[in-house]
Amino acid sequence: MTRYYTEDHEWIDVDGETATVGITDYAQSQLGDIVFAEVPATGATLKKGGDAAVVESVKAASDVYAPVSGTVTEGNDALAGDPALVNSDPEGDGWFFKLTLSDTSELDSLMDATAYKAFVDGL
Amino acid sequence: MSDDEDLEPIEILELPLDAWHRARGARMVEFAGYHMPIQYEGIMAEHLWTRGNAGLFDVSHMGQLMLTGEDAAVALEALVPGDISVLQEGKMRYSLLLAEDGGVLDDLMITATPMGLYMVVNGAVKWDDMGYLREHLPDEVTINHMDDRALLALQGPKAVDALLRVVPGVDALYFMEAGSFFWGPKTDPEPLWISRSGYTGEDGFEISVPAMHARKLVEELCAQPEVKPIGLGARDSLRLEAGLPLYGHDMNPEIDPVEGNAAFAISKRRRADGGFNGAERILKALADGPSRKLVGLSVKGKMPVREGAPIYSENEQVGMITSGGFAPSFGAPIAMGYVANAHIAIGTALEAEVRGKRVAITVTATPFIPHHYHRRGKTV
Repeated sequence: MTRYYTEDHEWIDVDGETATVGITDYAQSQLGDIVFAEVPATGATLKKGGDAAVVESVKAASDVYAPVSGTVTEGNDALAGDPALVNSDPEGDGWFFKLTLSDTSELDSLMDATAYKAFVDGL
Repeated sequence: MSDDEDLEPIEILELPLDAWHRARGARMVEFAGYHMPIQYEGIMAEHLWTRGNAGLFDVSHMGQLMLTGEDAAVALEALVPGDISVLQEGKMRYSLLLAEDGGVLDDLMITATPMGLYMVVNGAVKWDDMGYLREHLPDEVTINHMDDRALLALQGPKAVDALLRVVPGVDALYFMEAGSFFWGPKTDPEPLWISRSGYTGEDGFEISVPAMHARKLVEELCAQPEVKPIGLGARDSLRLEAGLPLYGHDMNPEIDPVEGNAAFAISKRRRADGGFNGAERILKALADGPSRKLVGLSVKGKMPVREGAPIYSENEQVGMITSGGFAPSFGAPIAMGYVANAHIAIGTALEAEVRGKRVAITVTATPFIPHHYHRRGKTV
């Protein structure tokens, strides 16, 4: 399994053609207290860079973009009852959705952990 | 505005406590032309701390004005619908600065003081307010912008306990009263202008302090065990729960005070006599009811409904959300918005549209949580 990151502060764990997507610890710390999360429906087709999910803090709503194109196989239902999982475990239990990749070459433009850390440090 | 390339970048200004906020770990954002603390440890924790203890807010971006000159109060009454000329020293009123057509240019606090009329206006429109006041008040009235003073708010059920230890005598004030109090060593005390008022729905105080002494005062206040610094984020969620409007969002020049649910600020004498900007429109709205009104809205489910969301009654758009968010005190979304007169009764079922989906909302009495003001004549 390989973890990639985007400049929109999402992480994506890839295992062959399937992947899990969430937002990074940096992203949740910037958003603050998460009070609502909306995940995509199973079967939804996502286009790289398109709207995939919504996360809302006390003060604002933010879009979560699809880091790669694909078809959603599962949304994280636990977020409906406990959206604060995104704060407490953003890169684990606070994942947003799983998908089947439609074009694995899209991964080439994403960052690895080292590159993402350098990206965040430069903000 | 930010996408207009022809505009010169506007310099973001620093307030007197800028370095102190940063040292306390605040996340700073631009607001009303200043760098302001949006949060320290987190909006939810800061909100709940204020409801249970005492929160210290830096609101130095707001405009502090002093109007002096003979008959300043009478002259001001042409621009606001409140009883200003009969206001006793040490008493304050919430009022509205009215455009010539009766639209609301700002909401503000006016206090009668021995020095003159002290006004606190919103930071985002303070320069416009000053220009408007200068244009419409007679030359005999002097407008002094007290930009050498910081403004703090200490809010919450334990605010009085904390402030009393730092500034003796403040417990003599009741809600919407103000006075001058000495702070610091007896040999060289500093006078502070303090009112028992605020923007959270809780008991609390607002403190005007010379900018050069602001840091020492906030450090003394934050040394009290009841007090933590609170950012603008919680200020917004606290005022929304308290059902208090935010100018520029819940009120603007298009709407009049009756539409803005601020008819209480139009005094009995002024209703009878008129004589303020837009009196004809405003008195007609009082008599006939407004065509639309600012109402509180409870929201079904967990998804926040935010500013700009259209409000529907079946397929007809009947209004717009002007403030919306999450209420940390009871863990649910709440909102305020303008709704056409036929749909403003408490309990009316409506829908808001968020990201193409309809959400059930219900017209609800405000405040969403009870106010806890220290009113004269009431035991608290």
